[in-house]
Amino acid sequence: MTIARSEVEDFLYAEAALLDEWRLDDWLGLLTPDCVYRVPPNDKPDGAAANTLYIISDDMERIKARIVRLKSRNAHAEYPHSRTRRLITNVRIVASDEVSATVAANFVIYRFRREEKIREYVGTYHFKLARVGKDLKLAERIVKLDAMELASLGSVSFIL
Amino acid sequence: MSTSPYVIDEPERLTFRVNRRTLVDEQVLAEERRRIFDTCWIYVGHDSELRAPGDFRTRTVCGRPLIFSKGSNGEVRVFLNSCRHRAATVCRESEGNAKRHVCFYHGWVYDADGNLAIVPGKESYPPNFDQSKFGLQQVPRAEQYRDFWFVNFDPNAMPLTDYLAGAKEYIDLVVDQSPSGKMELIQGTQEYDIAANWKLLVENSFDDYHLLSTHATWLKYLKDSGVEMQAPAAGHLLPAHGIGKELGNGHAVIDNINFRGRPVARWIPLYGEAAKPEIAAIRAELVARLGEDRAARVADTNRNLVVFPNLVINDGSAVTIRTFHPIAADKMRVTAWALGPQEESASARARRLDSFLTFYGPGGFATPDDVEALECVQSGLRTWQEIQWSELSRGIDKTGEQLNTDELHLRAFWRQWDKHMMGGLDSLPKAAE
Ligand code: FES
Ligand SMILES: [Fe+2]
Repeated sequence: MTIARSEVEDFLYAEAALLDEWRLDDWLGLLTPDCVYRVPPNDKPDGAAANTLYIISDDMERIKARIVRLKSRNAHAEYPHSRTRRLITNVRIVASDEVSATVAANFVIYRFRREEKIREYVGTYHFKLARVGKDLKLAERIVKLDAMELASLGSVSFIL
Repeated sequence: MSTSPYVIDEPERLTFRVNRRTLVDEQVLAEERRRIFDTCWIYVGHDSELRAPGDFRTRTVCGRPLIFSKGSNGEVRVFLNSCRHRAATVCRESEGNAKRHVCFYHGWVYDADGNLAIVPGKESYPPNFDQSKFGLQQVPRAEQYRDFWFVNFDPNAMPLTDYLAGAKEYIDLVVDQSPSGKMELIQGTQEYDIAANWKLLVENSFDDYHLLSTHATWLKYLKDSGVEMQAPAAGHLLPAHGIGKELGNGHAVIDNINFRGRPVARWIPLYGEAAKPEIAAIRAELVARLGEDRAARVADTNRNLVVFPNLVINDGSAVTIRTFHPIAADKMRVTAWALGPQEESASARARRLDSFLTFYGPGGFATPDDVEALECVQSGLRTWQEIQWSELSRGIDKTGEQLNTDELHLRAFWRQWDKHMMGGLDSLPKAAE
C-alpha cells in the first residue's frame, strides 16, 4: 500500500510534539542514519547548499552535534529553552509509493522567550519520508521560511 | 587626560572606560549618524555582485535606499534610489538586471546609466525644465579597494585608500587566497536583527576574550570532531597565540595562529579524509605563487578585521563579510555574506560553505550565542544611570604586543569613535545642546 496522507499527518504531528517538548533524543530516533536537515537562506530558497550560503545545512553528524549543543546549558541562545508551538497544516503528498513519500506542509511556529515579543516563523516543510519496518522515518528535512529576510526573527537557534 | 563625556582614556592611570549612555541614548545615535555614518567610508557591496551591464542590487545603507549598479559601459555607480520627480523609490527589486528603471508612480523612466529617458506628458513642463538635469542622483562618493565598494556621503572625505590605512594589508591577505586575485560573493544572504546597540557588535566581532565562555559548545564540537587543542601557553586563554593590533583611523584586527581549520588551506577532521589531497593542492598553489612565508600567513592565521565603523571581514572557518546599521539605539540590522576565490572548484566551494556554517550565522554553532550575549548586554544597560561605566582596560599596562584576548583593539575603535563624536575629525557645526 502506498503511504497515505493520514499516516503522514500522524507522523508530522508526533514530530512536532517532540520538538515542542524538547524531547530531542526521541526526535533523533525519527531520523534515518543519512538524514539531512537544511534551512536555505531567505533570499535564495531554491539555491543548492553546495553553492549557496544556507542558514543551516546539517548532515547526520552535525544534526547529532546540534542536539548535543542544544542539550547543554552552554547553548546560551537556547538556555533557558524557548517555548515553541507548531501548527502544521495543508499537508500534501507530492509523491509516494510503498516505501517512501515526498511531502509538503505549511507551518507556523510561535516562539516565546522571556520579556520578548512573540516571534512567528512561517514557512513550508519539504520532507522525504522512508518506511523502515512498520515506522516512517525522516530521510530529508528541508525547511523554507517565507520571510524575505530573517530580520526580527533573529537567530534560528532551535530546530525549525 | 581626556575631557570627553563618553570615554575616559587615561593610559597614564591605566584606565579606559566607556560611558554606558553611548549604548542606550537615541541622541547619541542621532549624533553618530551625522558625525560617523555621514562622514566615514561605508561598505556597500562587492564588485562580483555586478557582472553584466544593467546588473543591480538595492540596499539600505546609512538609512538611505541605494541602487548599486553597473552601467551600459560596465562602470559601477551607486544611485540614491529616489525619483527626481517626487521621491518614490524607483527600483523595488532586491537584485536583477535592467536596461531601464521605471518609477511606477507617474512613469518616469531612467536608463541603466541613470539618465532620465522618458517623461510622460512632457509638454506640460515649463520651458526651463531641463530633462538632462533630472537623472538619478549618485551618492557623493563611491570608491573601491580590491573589489570592496564603499560610499561616502561627505563630498570632501579623504580618498578611500588613505582612509583604509593599515586595513589594506589585511584585505590583501584575504584576497591573496585567490590565484587570480579575484574573490567573489557567494549567493545567499543572512540578514537578521540584534536587539542591541551596533557598537556592541563591533566589540564582539573581534573580542576573543569571550570565546571560552560564550562559545563553549562550539569549542566542544571542534574537540569532539577530533581537532587537537593544546593547553593554553602561560598568560594565554586560548589554545593558540593571537594578537590585537591597531591599523589606523579606528580600524583594528585580531591576528591569530589558526587551530580551528581553514578551507584555505589547513585541514581538520571535520573536512573529511577525502578533502586532504585538494587542501594540499590549494596549499601548494599558495606556496608556488606567494612563497612559503606569505602562504603560511594566508593559510595558517585567521583574522577578524574591523573597518571603522561597521564593516567586519572575518577570515576564519570561511570568509565572512558582515555589515550592520543601527535601526535604533538598542537595535541593529546585520547583513552577512560568504566570500570565496572566483576559480574555486565545486568541492572546495561546498567545503567552504559547510565550514562557514559550523561557526557563523543565525543557525551556526556560535553566532546565536553572540546574539544572545549582545542582547543580554543591552538588557543590563538599562541600569546605565546607576552603573555609568564599562571597563575596557585589559592589557593596558603591557608594553609591546597585546593579545587577542586583551582589549587594545577595542580601545582603538572607541578612541576613533570618541574623536568623531567630539568633533575632532570633521568640520560639521556643533550639535545644539
Ligand atoms: S515620483 Fe517618480 S514619476 Fe512621480
Ligand atoms: Fe563570538
